[in-house]
Amino acid sequence: MTEIPAIEARQLSVAYHRQPVLSDISLTLPAGQWTAIVGPNGAGKSSLLKVVTGGLKPLRGELRVLGGNARDQRRAGKVAYMPQQEQMEWDFPVSVQETVMTGRYGLMRHDAWWQRMLPERWANPLHRLAVDEALEAVDMQAHAASPIGELSGGQKKRVMLARALAQQADILLLDEPLAGVDPPSERLILDMLEGERRAGRTIVMVTHDLPSARRHADQVALINQTLVGMGSPTEMLSDAMLARLAVGGSTAGGLRVAA
Amino acid sequence: MSLLEGLGSGLIDALLALLMHGVGLLPASLAEPFEYRFMQRALLTSILVGGICGLLSSFVVLKRWSLLGDAISHAVLPGVAIAYLLGWPFFIGAFITGALTSLGIGAIERHTRIKSDAAMGLMFTAAFALGIVIISQIASSTHLMHILFGNVLGVQTSALLLTLLAGVIAVLVIWLAFRPLLLYTFDPQQAQALGFNITLIHYGLILLLTLTIVASLETVGIILVVAMLITPGATAHLLTDRFKPMLVIAVLVGIVSAVAGLLLSFHLDVASGGAIVLVATALFCLALIAAPKHGLLVRLWQRRAAE
Repeated sequence: MTEIPAIEARQLSVAYHRQPVLSDISLTLPAGQWTAIVGPNGAGKSSLLKVVTGGLKPLRGELRVLGGNARDQRRAGKVAYMPQQEQMEWDFPVSVQETVMTGRYGLMRHDAWWQRMLPERWANPLHRLAVDEALEAVDMQAHAASPIGELSGGQKKRVMLARALAQQADILLLDEPLAGVDPPSERLILDMLEGERRAGRTIVMVTHDLPSARRHADQVALINQTLVGMGSPTEMLSDAMLARLAVGGSTAGGLRVAA
Repeated sequence: MSLLEGLGSGLIDALLALLMHGVGLLPASLAEPFEYRFMQRALLTSILVGGICGLLSSFVVLKRWSLLGDAISHAVLPGVAIAYLLGWPFFIGAFITGALTSLGIGAIERHTRIKSDAAMGLMFTAAFALGIVIISQIASSTHLMHILFGNVLGVQTSALLLTLLAGVIAVLVIWLAFRPLLLYTFDPQQAQALGFNITLIHYGLILLLTLTIVASLETVGIILVVAMLITPGATAHLLTDRFKPMLVIAVLVGIVSAVAGLLLSFHLDVASGGAIVLVATALFCLALIAAPKHGLLVRLWQRRAAE
């Protein structure tokens, strides 16, 4: 319905602890599409997501999110983020339901002041509804009260995904949503993301899983410190392009090429 | 100023009267020490300090800030000494150097290649050394001992009021900013992605920690306040998998340790700060052995059952 791209980077360079991780990236991710970001380990794929979430500051260049300033869009709750599993503190004393509820914390800024001072149970019922819906979408209602430390790997992934869903954001940034997931969970996650795309959301997925990228993504961005290529999955995931991606890095480190 | 002082001591008298109603319900052997006025004040201080430290300790433990708590508590010493020199209330100086040191740690961490543990060790030992040097020039060694190890039996009205104020501020801040604080402790990346100002939350939490340490100085002292900022939270972490219950349990552990330690120090005539911390440690050991899910006994039993 609009021409405004979800994410637009102009000559973006990013450093982490003074080490350059991304240099001179220019790309446009159209709204409502599913983009897979593919590249070898340490190529800066996660860093690209973290610039959008505010975890890394761009050294140079410009970043626009939904046509606006990234920070404003984050505050408006437009950006949902699912980090890699190892980056979460699974020992933390919270339940599945509470974890997913944290996806609503940004939106709670718009609640009345007295609602913000109450426990979620008595506050705005919209938040509980969104959380229940998200838990249902990833088939985790039965575990709502479980401590997150007791979950299996696939369940942890689904909880993190539910948290991103509960935010009902326009843009879903997913860092390796399929890594270490058993086949039934993988199917569930991909189906669910298909539904989100149909609902008009923008999906940006960092992945090592080329078959899934081929099957589901509208476009693929190849990244190795800089943008190697951007286009349709068939074009970008051809042997020739993947070989070009690996040049510069030593190997195509850890890419799952076959199904 | 005199009006404020009058208000303050009136408030404390009212709280003490309320507290003594509660003490009156206890068996005579427990209640007996509190016939002394200084023990009543010590009891009120202990409850407050145990409670606030317990509340903060959950955040300290979950955020892995134990060493930072240690650093700030030591960094408070030169502030106390300088305030003494200038004739200021000691907690103002303590607050300033405590906060400065935590800022310094952050700056070294961010702008040099020195890692955070070295930055903390470096800053807090330097601050502590400065404090010792100044104090050795200006005050008696008993004075120094009181600052280092606390003296809850001789608590001044001003210190009691400060502790009360710190408690009210801590409870208010944690209540009003509960979700940002929880999210920042749990998952700072998510907090950032949702547009929270995590620098503000970070330094807010550090200031709250500093305030708590300063408010606890006279009770358990600089050296042992760290224990009260870690042990209750660690104990509670063993006992529950939920955040709010963890806060409540940590507060209870803090209060029970402080009150039981106070009574022990009265009856056995030993240092109050040490007694308080030892009770807290005993509670931790108890939880470590007998906690329902994360205790050693249960784990042993589970391993047996699995074989």
